[in-house]
Amino acid sequence: MCGIVGIYLKTKKFEKSLGKMLSGMLNNMESRGPDSAGFAIYKNEEKKIFKYSLCIGNLDFKNFKKKISKLIKKPKLNQYSDHVILKTPIEPKTVIKIINNSFPEISLVGYGNSIEIFKQVGNPKDVVKKFKLDSFSGTHGIGHTRMATESAITTDGSHPYSTGKDECLVHNGSLSNHNNLRRELVKKGNIFNSENDTEVAAGYVSNSLLNKKSLKDTLVSGLKDLDGFYTFITGTKKGFAVVRDEIACKPAVIAETKNYVAIASEFQAMAHLPDVNSAKIFEPEPGIVYSWGN
Amino acid sequence: MKLDLKKLKLREVNEKLQILDRKQNDRDFTIVNPEGNHALCAGLTEEMNINIKGHVGYYCAGMNQKAQITIDGNVGTGVAENMMSGRVHVKGNASQSAGATAHGGLLIIDGDASSRCGISMKGIDIIVKGSVGHMSGFMSQSGNMVVCGDAGEALGDSLYETNIYIRGKVKSLGADCVEKKMDKNHIKKLNLLLKEANIKNYKAESFKRYGSARKLYNFKIDNVSSY
Repeated sequence: MCGIVGIYLKTKKFEKSLGKMLSGMLNNMESRGPDSAGFAIYKNEEKKIFKYSLCIGNLDFKNFKKKISKLIKKPKLNQYSDHVILKTPIEPKTVIKIINNSFPEISLVGYGNSIEIFKQVGNPKDVVKKFKLDSFSGTHGIGHTRMATESAITTDGSHPYSTGKDECLVHNGSLSNHNNLRRELVKKGNIFNSENDTEVAAGYVSNSLLNKKSLKDTLVSGLKDLDGFYTFITGTKKGFAVVRDEIACKPAVIAETKNYVAIASEFQAMAHLPDVNSAKIFEPEPGIVYSWGN
Repeated sequence: MKLDLKKLKLREVNEKLQILDRKQNDRDFTIVNPEGNHALCAGLTEEMNINIKGHVGYYCAGMNQKAQITIDGNVGTGVAENMMSGRVHVKGNASQSAGATAHGGLLIIDGDASSRCGISMKGIDIIVKGSVGHMSGFMSQSGNMVVCGDAGEALGDSLYETNIYIRGKVKSLGADCVEKKMDKNHIKKLNLLLKEANIKNYKAESFKRYGSARKLYNFKIDNVSSY
């Protein structure tokens, strides 16, 4: 089943309460996904600073801090439950190498100038609390509550998936040609960390964006290349896009006001949002790409 | 009686409607703060008027008998699914599978209905003032579906004996669905339905009727050797 949510702020009015709005949406989607939850928050770009979202798992934070400080000069570290946001001006290529070589137990959840990603196994209400989502500000955010179907309940199997700089993707549905597509993408140089079908969709988007295709064009060709059932929300530094497969079995509803655009699997996820009762509410049509900010 | 879903649980609200208080015998209800809850007003069996102020979730007014329910907002998947009798009026838009498998009663949708509207309907009358999405009327068996706007792809796929009336464009017809002649009885019935939904600006003659070509579901003795 799974629940997906997203919110994009068109004005600055709600920037400080973005986390609170998103956490309410995730809490209300518990019924669609009680196994794990995750979210990506986009904050204003910090130029020349890269943010790395790391899941350190059982690793002791103090030990990690000590060790990483020897490898990366003056890193800024913020701990949220078992996640750490590492800020440094050092380029991804170098940092990813350091993480992979020196901390094999740590998984890099995502990186970029703007994105911060958190995901964990457990009930959405607990996950949101542990990561203090209520306290986050930002410009847009995407979230997911998972009811695991095709791969195990693990942090690696949780959404959002980030396979490129400042990119992420959440998915309600299932893909049927992901194994084949994964093989093709691996040949093209993509790296995958799980057996999950959604990670393949995220990789597909990253690969296309890397080849200078626009997000909209990418998702349009995805309608042909990705076989299965899906409603996707894909986030980039500038905004997000939504697409449903042509059969459109997987639900989605959009509410748009002058201050924000919200999307969720069900209306009840956004019933708490300000001015929602006077919002323009509609369902994204099958096979049509909707995007904001991109 | 006013029922507030911020103060009462969904189950409490539904119970109050399903098991009426005979002493009070209040049959006029207003439900506030529905906040997208699912299965609101499901399984009602008695005559009553209900006004829901706001957007509701899935299967609103499902299995309804006799009750008159108005939703002042949008509805999620499967509004009035398997309705037997009564009347459900949605003032906003409806999500997919509106009126699915319903045996009777009247469903009026002022806005649009998305995909699979009237799927497997078995006698309900559905009137949509806007447009319907793809696969509407799929495997529908009897009853009438009236659409003042357009219909999406594969209208009436594999249908049996439902009459589908469309005023706007049809993107494509599904298997075994064909345009059919409108005779006097069809015009009469359609005029009655339009009147029930308070539609005054469209004449029955401006609609086209679609139904089954009866090639898919009829058993033909010529084909007996295939079985």
